[in-house]
Amino acid sequence: MNIIVCLKQVPDTDSQIKVAPDGNSIVTDDVKWVMNPYDEFGVEEALQIKEKMGGEVTVIGLGPKRVTESIRTALAMGADKGILINDPALENSDALATGRALAAAIKGLDYDLIFTGQRGVDDDMGLVGATLAEFLDIPQLSIIVKAEISEDGKSVKVNRAVEGQTLVIESSLPAVITTQKGLNEPRYASLPGIMKAKKKPLEEKTLADLGLDPSQVGEGARKLKIMELTPPPQRETGKIIEGETPEEKAAELVRLLHEEAKLI
Amino acid sequence: MDTFLTDKNRAVRRSVRAFCERELGPIAKEIDQEASFPWEVVEKMGKLGYFGIQVPKTLGGAGMDSVSYIIVIEEISRVCAGLGLCVTVHNSVGVYPLLAFGSEEQKKKWVPPLARGEKIGAFCFTEPNAGSDTAGIEATAIRNGNHYLVNANKVFVTNGGVADVCLIFARTDPNAGRKGISVIVAERGTPGFVVGDLEDLCGVRSNPVSSIRLYDSQLPLENLLGKEGMGLRIGLTALDAGRIGIAAQAVGIAQAALEEGVRYAKQRRQFGAPIAKHQAVTMMIADMATQVEAARLLTFRSAVLRDQGKPFTKESAMAKLYASEASSKVTDMAVQIHGGYGYSKAYPVERYYRDARVTRIYEGTSEVHHLVIARGVLEE
Repeated sequence: MNIIVCLKQVPDTDSQIKVAPDGNSIVTDDVKWVMNPYDEFGVEEALQIKEKMGGEVTVIGLGPKRVTESIRTALAMGADKGILINDPALENSDALATGRALAAAIKGLDYDLIFTGQRGVDDDMGLVGATLAEFLDIPQLSIIVKAEISEDGKSVKVNRAVEGQTLVIESSLPAVITTQKGLNEPRYASLPGIMKAKKKPLEEKTLADLGLDPSQVGEGARKLKIMELTPPPQRETGKIIEGETPEEKAAELVRLLHEEAKLI
Repeated sequence: MDTFLTDKNRAVRRSVRAFCERELGPIAKEIDQEASFPWEVVEKMGKLGYFGIQVPKTLGGAGMDSVSYIIVIEEISRVCAGLGLCVTVHNSVGVYPLLAFGSEEQKKKWVPPLARGEKIGAFCFTEPNAGSDTAGIEATAIRNGNHYLVNANKVFVTNGGVADVCLIFARTDPNAGRKGISVIVAERGTPGFVVGDLEDLCGVRSNPVSSIRLYDSQLPLENLLGKEGMGLRIGLTALDAGRIGIAAQAVGIAQAALEEGVRYAKQRRQFGAPIAKHQAVTMMIADMATQVEAARLLTFRSAVLRDQGKPFTKESAMAKLYASEASSKVTDMAVQIHGGYGYSKAYPVERYYRDARVTRIYEGTSEVHHLVIARGVLEE
């Protein structure tokens, strides 16, 4: 069973996000970059399947050089090979172009299953899994919390949580699975794993290597344009309700909720 | 500091930090208060290679350099100093002497389970009458046919309550002074091996520090490490490396205190502004950050020297002395920034303050390190 995991690097959720002067991007100077948490679920699931059924796990990242750090992390967790798609023309690509580039990199590979996060925690689009499946013309199983490969390795049975119920879907392989929280608990890279990761192959590919034309990706090819980014409104300071007794405070609270907040 | 690190060093920091924040962070306060040893986390650490950081791969370790080693210790100690202590003592003075002085058979027997964290190591040196005066050891190991008859009363043994493989410093020749001391390996469960009560300590409380006593224990001759009379050399070699780890532990505690101090200073408001806007507080923040970084760099330098195979006795003594003193000062300032809340268990800085204090005492007091450094400087 050969598995591919697509990996995105996103700002750590602890990072302070600032809107850039252009109004539709963020300042990336002080951002700490980490592997998208949903992609970590993908790496972990791929490793668990590999441990059970054998085969190889290949991690593919797309973005600038810094993304190698996250690919190395996946290799230290136990993945076998890494590929970084790095080309200046890819900057500001939308999900369609990202899916196109990933598909081009994956097409030549021998694979049975592809994992991607159900979305990146940066822009929360949730589109790459779908575009990738479309470009490869294989099924997409989205927002999955459990995946079971059949013994013969020809099909997969997955669970998706829907409104308190579980939807069970079966599909032939190869397929794209997008991961949801609950699928597994990603492992930490071990110290021996970090030592081994140094020697694992990590290839870098440009658009030309993938047979893509720069006009198909990047800012110019965007079907989806970001009009404006605004920071969330500042939280107003709270109000402490004064009063001698709990009864008095409760009465004041009700009055404020009714008259000022107009909630009741 | 980050500029000096390799990608691999950085990967170690990322991974160990994530593990400690998620697995150890939520229980750090509780295991300090209850003085309990978190076996569940320790088992996970063992699987991740934290108990065999510098042990060669052939013996089941991660085979890493000293720089990665200090990063691991700093990151664990940043979250829980008691566990940082456990891991550094196990690696540096528990396992390293076996690697450096053990025979092939001894290494094969003891090192792999220690490197996997399935067994825990301890260094049994201190006695009621022997601490800074290393030659004052009174424990005896008298050769008797095919075994040593060992009697020892070892106190303040780090990891004592959970240790399986203990290096016992004892006199094989009671009349040979400093040259009569040897190291014998005693395993938990040996007849006569008794673990005393756990110490009720001020800080590093999650570490089961205890006394270990041997009453007429018969230990096979093959449990002798190195040769008879080599004890002090083995001990001092181990401590040279060990104090790099203690320096890293002190840096980790200080780093945590710095972060908490900064966080609190930004959010606490007095006189209509966050206290981080008040100059008296900014002075403390500047001193804290500078001392943390200086301590980290000194520690880093001694680790690099060790990796390069150069002498590092004086340099590791400097790192240990400076880092432990800085850790005490930085944690003290973090308490001061927090005011009354800093003295309360509602905030973690009082724990850092207690944890930092002991780094000036164990693995050589600050006073002994002054002597080591002065000797090194005067001999140059």
